[in-house]
Amino acid sequence: MVDSITVNGTTHPMPDDPRVSLLDFLRQHIGLTGTKKGCDHGQCGACTVMVNGTRINSCLTLAAMHDGDSVTTIEGLGTPDEPSALQRAFLEHDGFQCGYCTPGQICSATAMLEELAADWPSDASENLEGRVAISGEEIRERMSGNLCRCGAYANIVAAIEEVAAGDRL
Amino acid sequence: MTVHFKQDEPDNSNRLDGMKQGVLGKPLPRIEGLAKVTGTAPYAAEYPVENCAEGVLVTSTITRGEVVAIDRTTVLSMPGVIAVVDDEKLCTRAAQGTANEAPMQGPTQVCYWGQPIALVVAETFEQARDAAKHLNVEYREEEGAPLDPGVVEPEEQEDETVHQGDLVYAMAEAAHSVDVTYTTKGHASAAMEPHAAIAEWDGDMLTVHASLQMLNYNISELADALDMEEDNIRLISRFVGGGFGSKLGISEEVVAAALAAKQVGRPVRVVQSRQQVFQTVMRRSETTQRLRLAADDNAKLTGFGHQALVSNLPGETFAEPVLQSSHFMYGGQNRELMLNVARIHRMTAGSVRAPGEAVGMPALEGAMDVLAEKAGIDPVDLRLRNIPENDPEEDLPFSSHKLAECLKQGAEAFGWDKGPRKPRQRREGEWWIGTGMASAARVHNISEAKSRVTLKADGTALVETDMTDIGTGTYTILAQIAGEMLGLDPKQVLVELGDTRHPRGPGSGGSWGAASIGSAVYVACKAIREELAAKIGTSEEELELSAAKTATGESLTDLLEGKDLIREGHYEPGDIEDDYTASGFGAFFAEVRVNHYTGETRVDRMLGAFGFGRVLNAKTARSQCIGGITWSIGVALTEALEFDPQDGHLVNCDLAEYHVPVHRDVPDLEVVLVEERDGAASPIQAKGIGELGMCGGAAAIANAIYNACGARLYDYPMTPDRVIAAMPD
Repeated sequence: MVDSITVNGTTHPMPDDPRVSLLDFLRQHIGLTGTKKGCDHGQCGACTVMVNGTRINSCLTLAAMHDGDSVTTIEGLGTPDEPSALQRAFLEHDGFQCGYCTPGQICSATAMLEELAADWPSDASENLEGRVAISGEEIRERMSGNLCRCGAYANIVAAIEEVAAGDRL
Repeated sequence: MTVHFKQDEPDNSNRLDGMKQGVLGKPLPRIEGLAKVTGTAPYAAEYPVENCAEGVLVTSTITRGEVVAIDRTTVLSMPGVIAVVDDEKLCTRAAQGTANEAPMQGPTQVCYWGQPIALVVAETFEQARDAAKHLNVEYREEEGAPLDPGVVEPEEQEDETVHQGDLVYAMAEAAHSVDVTYTTKGHASAAMEPHAAIAEWDGDMLTVHASLQMLNYNISELADALDMEEDNIRLISRFVGGGFGSKLGISEEVVAAALAAKQVGRPVRVVQSRQQVFQTVMRRSETTQRLRLAADDNAKLTGFGHQALVSNLPGETFAEPVLQSSHFMYGGQNRELMLNVARIHRMTAGSVRAPGEAVGMPALEGAMDVLAEKAGIDPVDLRLRNIPENDPEEDLPFSSHKLAECLKQGAEAFGWDKGPRKPRQRREGEWWIGTGMASAARVHNISEAKSRVTLKADGTALVETDMTDIGTGTYTILAQIAGEMLGLDPKQVLVELGDTRHPRGPGSGGSWGAASIGSAVYVACKAIREELAAKIGTSEEELELSAAKTATGESLTDLLEGKDLIREGHYEPGDIEDDYTASGFGAFFAEVRVNHYTGETRVDRMLGAFGFGRVLNAKTARSQCIGGITWSIGVALTEALEFDPQDGHLVNCDLAEYHVPVHRDVPDLEVVLVEERDGAASPIQAKGIGELGMCGGAAAIANAIYNACGARLYDYPMTPDRVIAAMPD
């Protein structure tokens, strides 16, 4: 029990109110509004962040459940001066329009590429064991928890494929 | 200095093609894109405001009646609760697009289940949410509110009615005829950013950060709702997390935040929950549509009938304009068109992306596929044979017409298998595979618009307007237009949008944003070019600017001599609006798989070819197209609002139960941009592309389902249960 949450490397005290979701903690308590609230019910993925390296819907978990955890948000992945490879690829491929689902898509994709690299299988995988081949279908399946109402999916997949190909070189 | 240009004549001078910077139309990444991908772009609820209280709306649990009493004392004793706001000025519905006046107010009168009736304000969101759930409300319910559009006597929308010739006779005499009835379910915009507002008063001055599409109309709607002067209101919407019609007018949270902030004497933020957004904003009406098509031996239409029934609440002027493109889409001298509205007590019906064509075109294009089969000809060929020379009802010329090119180029790019078609030609395991196509049309709208352009002494430019960018690409295309006209790299153009302190733009809606505000920027830049030309003794027409220099090598900074050059462009459509029928056109091609045993449909590939005037940015335009095609997949296969028959409440009011397409539902999409210059559409020769991509695409999928498995469906969405019921043995 350390009574704090580390976000993008900075330690913050836990909120007093046990009802505060991790999402509201990020947005309202420590001012990291890059993480978006789209539905507050784990249905849209806009609030995706990484907790100890694993992607999670931050609206579906209470801040109080993350004592001592390390959270990475979109602000921790890159900045306008130093964007991450995925952030650059999203920009180049126009993998967004209104931009509201975008931080969630990018956080989700960042963690998803790690899952692919670790050969976690998905519904789209040929086999449950062994190497997982990167394909458009794998990416679509694994990103289906992140809704985009502007309908930028085709461009998002192109952006992720480009980065995934680079990673495997 | 304001420069006013009213367009009465087409402008076919192609001036923008003669400019030298060479940036317009190029696929540049969005200039605000880095802010979006790094999470640093602030949306309405995200502005840091000192001492901000949190408000949560309370909504009705009856369908029709009166709020008799609200027990505020119980919640006021809860921790952190500051106030219960039930001011009579609270809005109970969202304003319709371009309403320019307050929507329905008076929270004591309940007209639909889920209507806002009060706002609870507390120190924190958690406290306000808890208190809102505990607010006891006493109602006097008025039983028997009609809920089913099929059981009430509908009202005819007379301005939509067309009786021309004798359709009944044409149907009787036709070599080939189709008489079918389609239904579509209601749709939700489901923009990813929930409706939100932060209101802050400074004396009599009100500032609201809100998520809105059309600030020029929204400011007067808010002023009317609060009984204030517009001059005392500032609205800010720099980033809007999607709109799709749902943020055309002000919604309940904007007025509630303003009233609450006044009442409690400090800023108040109100963010609607996802469920509230679904219930309190806008639904696209369900429709029932009868299509009658009569054709001669050559499959040329002799008769065209399209009648539709839609619904809305009492007191709403909006009726889903289902017939909008049917008026001019195809020929046929004998015509019957009629639109009826049923007054029922479901939530407000209003604009959802491509109102009208989004559901009218899928029905029409489904019926056209049936006709092609009856006539025994290729469905592409059927469309080509029936493109009218002029508007078949108004006898007006088309401003431009690229349907034939879209059909041909689309068919070519897709690899369309020409000729008469038979279903069930290809099967792989459990899956039937087939293709289908449909035409696209979306009326072209254009609106008055103002923008200020400053060519700064340092050789950069500033574009200012209250126009919004809702993901459409406004920031980027305006930088490109100004850059092209003034000879600047778009990176040297700062675009400031979404603030009513700037000149009034047209707002984002009806696909009119780019052409309208782009023309205002064009007019302002042209005036600046005239000034610059005079300085070097040439004419504006002769002036060549690129890389911040003239053709003879003078730099802009030298020409400006330390002074900014400021012009406000004011564009207004004149006679061009009345003298032409103007529309974007296109064609969709889809290949689907249908599971023989489960009725599940998967879209394997889809292509759209679109002609919509000048392409201002090939990257953002393509994105608009793939977005529209993605919506077409939703309309075809999954999206349906379901209402409780007992009380009319929206049952599937969230993103788990209302099924928008997800990543795995959308294959790689191909877009063909059929370039054209439409001088009668706007001075920049552009039309809109925000909606065309979903105007008919669902029919390409429906027609592909039939071609794949032989199930001819007339009800959208074509969910597995419906497909399996229509599947031949």
